[in-house]
Amino acid sequence: MTTRIYIPRETTASSLGAELLVDAINTEAKYRNLPIEIVRNGSRGACFLEPLVEIETGNGRIGYGPVQLEDIPELFDAGFLNGGNHKLALGNVSELPWFKQQERLTFARCGLIAATSVEEYKQLGGYVGLQNALKIADKDIVQTVLESGLRGRGGAAFPTGIKWKTVLDAQDDQKYIVCNADEGDSGTFSDRMIMEGDPLSLVEGMTIAGIAVGATKGFIYLRSEYPLTQTILLEAIANARAAGYLGNNIAGSGKIFDLEVRMGAGAYICGEETSLLESLEGRRGQIRFKPPLPALKGLFGKPTVVNNVISLATIPVILEKGGKYYADFGMGRSRGTMPFQLGGNIKQGGLVEKAFGLTVGQLINDFGGGTATGKAIRAVQVGGPLGAYFPPDLLDTPCDYEAFAKAGGMLGHGGVVVFDTSVNMAKMARFSMEFCSVESCGKCTPCRIGSVRGMETIDKIVAAKDDGERNKQHIILKDLCETMESASLCAMGGLTPMPVMSAVKHFKGDFQ
Amino acid sequence: MMPVVTPARLQEFSLELATAVVQEFRDQPGALINALHKLQETIGYVDEAAMPVLAKLFNLSRAEVHGVASFYHDFRRSKPGRYTIRVCQAEACQAMGSEALSADIKKHLGCGFHETTADGNFTLEKVYCLGNCACSPNIMVDKQTYGRVSMESFKNLTAKLAGKALTSREGSK
Repeated sequence: MTTRIYIPRETTASSLGAELLVDAINTEAKYRNLPIEIVRNGSRGACFLEPLVEIETGNGRIGYGPVQLEDIPELFDAGFLNGGNHKLALGNVSELPWFKQQERLTFARCGLIAATSVEEYKQLGGYVGLQNALKIADKDIVQTVLESGLRGRGGAAFPTGIKWKTVLDAQDDQKYIVCNADEGDSGTFSDRMIMEGDPLSLVEGMTIAGIAVGATKGFIYLRSEYPLTQTILLEAIANARAAGYLGNNIAGSGKIFDLEVRMGAGAYICGEETSLLESLEGRRGQIRFKPPLPALKGLFGKPTVVNNVISLATIPVILEKGGKYYADFGMGRSRGTMPFQLGGNIKQGGLVEKAFGLTVGQLINDFGGGTATGKAIRAVQVGGPLGAYFPPDLLDTPCDYEAFAKAGGMLGHGGVVVFDTSVNMAKMARFSMEFCSVESCGKCTPCRIGSVRGMETIDKIVAAKDDGERNKQHIILKDLCETMESASLCAMGGLTPMPVMSAVKHFKGDFQ
Repeated sequence: MMPVVTPARLQEFSLELATAVVQEFRDQPGALINALHKLQETIGYVDEAAMPVLAKLFNLSRAEVHGVASFYHDFRRSKPGRYTIRVCQAEACQAMGSEALSADIKKHLGCGFHETTADGNFTLEKVYCLGNCACSPNIMVDKQTYGRVSMESFKNLTAKLAGKALTSREGSK
């Protein structure tokens, strides 16, 4: 009997040698005359177990990881094709507490199926959402999304349904769906993981969005740092088209929708929606003034839905199971689940999808297992390079948009970066300003000039000879940050003060 | 053991070549960035002499094309080494010692960021996040990401890459 072996074709696994394992396992199996079939799934999200090799057995999928090239002969000797015992054996992967404690809605299929197979996608509920959407009126699709309470997962947390309604109500001969896949925030990789592990959920989500608002064309703006993602996405799109789920007759409904992937070129600012639109139009990624809103005048001046990858990839499950089903997860005004990403100095890093409401500390300790270096946690940055630095005593903050704002932070895209006691927070504050100065689009003065002055001021604070001089510079820094916050045109300049001032507030001792 | 990337086969710049490879974008609205990528994939960089070609194709001024090419970090204006190594400088990698790693890499290669090693093998660049933040620190060689990089694994990798560059050059002759 042919044994099915799952080896992720995915950036994390690949960065740790997964491609070498594919060749080695094939060669070894041939040599031993054992019939195998290697399935290329996405990562299940436990980055600390990658490369994770799974064997399909009568007792579920038995995992081995992290597997290195030199382990292969030994794994065959141990009979791993039958789930045999070995020091890397993990047992039934789905039963591991790390997975069992998660609530996977958006990532339900990720890592379980051959990533680009329409057939396997449909076996696990794929395209049920689209079929449901095709049965109801466009305004009812939008109503379902409104009911789900889904808010933009890219970071701004604007209600997705309201954006859609604006575009639906706009009258024009052409509308667009644009997926923001310019995932540039450090510490975030959920967009990449879903696009590599379950790309069809994004394709389906965009198709539903197109049908809901009357758009016939979609663009995925993907960052160039993700070349493997591009390959996988293009393959998934081609498969969807071949199966009749993209093109001029979506699932036999007569409706039209098609997709194009366009690559970014290494500009962080293009994650800002108006910069992204400029870039898609082939221009410098400089932000646009709002209004007009992109929902009314977006890509090529036409009404455009601009949503993050995770927002769009969550649409299929909402249409499959209903707005209420999704809204029943979560707390307060943060409904549904969030794919959190644990990175930086963390022992068990990876992707944890949970309903809103658990605390940052639970994420880091229960799932992450503390720091990788074994030292104590000193600071945690949540929400990417524009998010606040929290000291350990704020780790009981619940992961909820409003609770985070109250604690002086931002949940953003759900990235959690952990630092141990070796971190110098004045250095990190300076880096935030430096990053802003490198990545600023240059359109507005507070961001373009403010970031440079910010770096200089932090240098002066650190170099100050006495407290008097230091305090004087602290006043300048605070004033500068207030200006950037209130006078910048977009979130880049407007939020750079958040990591800077949180570092000053919670770690003032480092600034001398 | 890590995968050893084969260096990209680049062609020499000529106006004819540049004109030919960007034609596929002629009727695509706003595809200037696609065209710049294509040019860089073919010859390794965006040659100044290609600006008028792009300007004509997209009905833009040369200044506009220059403005776009210079805005994006990805587009190089001169020929890179056989491999481009990008070292992540973002927060998650900093939390795992990327600053010290970057300094050691510069010392080992004998060149700074935005520079190429004397043997022409490696161009060193910065990058802000490769999306592999649970396995920091990360580097990328051409299109391959490498996670949990140590100075030891870096030396090992670059030695193998240098060897590969040599053999693939011999093979192409």
